[in-house]
Amino acid sequence: MFNWVQSITDWLVYEVFNLEEGHHLAEALNFFIYDTIKILILLFIVIFFMGIVNSYFPIDKVKNYLSRNKLYGLEYLVASLFGVVTPFCSCSSVPLFIGFVRGGIPLGVTFAFLITSPLVNEVAIGLFIGLFGLKTTIIYVVSGVLLGTVSGIILQKLKLERYLTPWVKEVLANAKKEQEVFIAEKQTLKQRLPFIWAEVQTILKGIIPYVLVGIAIGGLMHGYIPEGFFEQYMNKDNLFAVPIATILAVPMYSNASGILPVVQVLVSKGIPLGTAIAFMMGVVGLSLPEAMLLKKVMTLKLIAIFFGVVTLCIIISGYIFNTIL
Amino acid sequence: MTKVIQVLGTGCPKCQSMTNVVKEVVSNYKIDATIEKVEDIMKIMEFNVMTTPALVIDGVITIKGRVPSKEEVLALLK
Repeated sequence: MFNWVQSITDWLVYEVFNLEEGHHLAEALNFFIYDTIKILILLFIVIFFMGIVNSYFPIDKVKNYLSRNKLYGLEYLVASLFGVVTPFCSCSSVPLFIGFVRGGIPLGVTFAFLITSPLVNEVAIGLFIGLFGLKTTIIYVVSGVLLGTVSGIILQKLKLERYLTPWVKEVLANAKKEQEVFIAEKQTLKQRLPFIWAEVQTILKGIIPYVLVGIAIGGLMHGYIPEGFFEQYMNKDNLFAVPIATILAVPMYSNASGILPVVQVLVSKGIPLGTAIAFMMGVVGLSLPEAMLLKKVMTLKLIAIFFGVVTLCIIISGYIFNTIL
Repeated sequence: MTKVIQVLGTGCPKCQSMTNVVKEVVSNYKIDATIEKVEDIMKIMEFNVMTTPALVIDGVITIKGRVPSKEEVLALLK
């Protein structure tokens, strides 16, 4: 599918820049150009497609669907799946949280949504396809959705409503009738396209610098670190690798676009995929800035339980990955 | 009849750009309106929006979760 990109890249590096094949610099540059073109094309396609889906499933519809329908346990999975198609800006996490809780949606279901949303999004999917191929991408998406679902169920079982901040409890007690006073957007796809298109441009503009820096670092590592370099330190038999990678990752925050190209190189140099994915989920899915925002609606104890459960689930999925891949 | 425009947002970049678009439209077309930025999360929640930024005109939520174009805002204010 991307052979033509490789041909263009080879021609650029070996003919136009006249670099010698097999040379460190040539290989690094070749990797950089090829990866950049391929990833930008994929990101464009995935973001655009998700934009269309999202335009038809806005968050209000999702909330109303979840609060109206009895799904007999499937609601966790549904919330988690919705988390995949809704773009997530962490500044919306508090209003989203309140909106869900107010709509009578159980806390655990809300968490399922909150966990999957940053973890599996259009940017991560586009990058994943470009860097790891389709099979790994599917495994990642499925595990991300399951992670949200399972964590949500566990958190629900813990009966955490007690640990909400007082004013949220008050909101719950005085939950007003849903006021649906807004102009419903009934538009044809043709009318929606300009908005979707604008959104695609905004997202791409926002992540391109990260992607370029990530790929540049990846390219350098690719050219200079010997094959299998990490294997002596972090092979699958090292039981501590996954938890250490995950726990290191939680306080770090970067979006998927910067971290993934680097993770891909680490994997190609011998770090087990499961360990790498656990690290990435820790970086992208849980972050201190998000915790700061959630402090408005949750007590520290609740945030700690929330982060603890998710971290645990990430570690478990890291082990599972390493076992099956 | 002065219109009351409220921009709901906790201060993320998207909310800033929405405020700028609205201000620009109001001053360019000399629209009779007051613009208020609502940053307090408690107040935002009273409107029952889940995605910020949101544009409220005379108490009605018109746009949620995205930054509108100038033309759009103008059409809503007319």
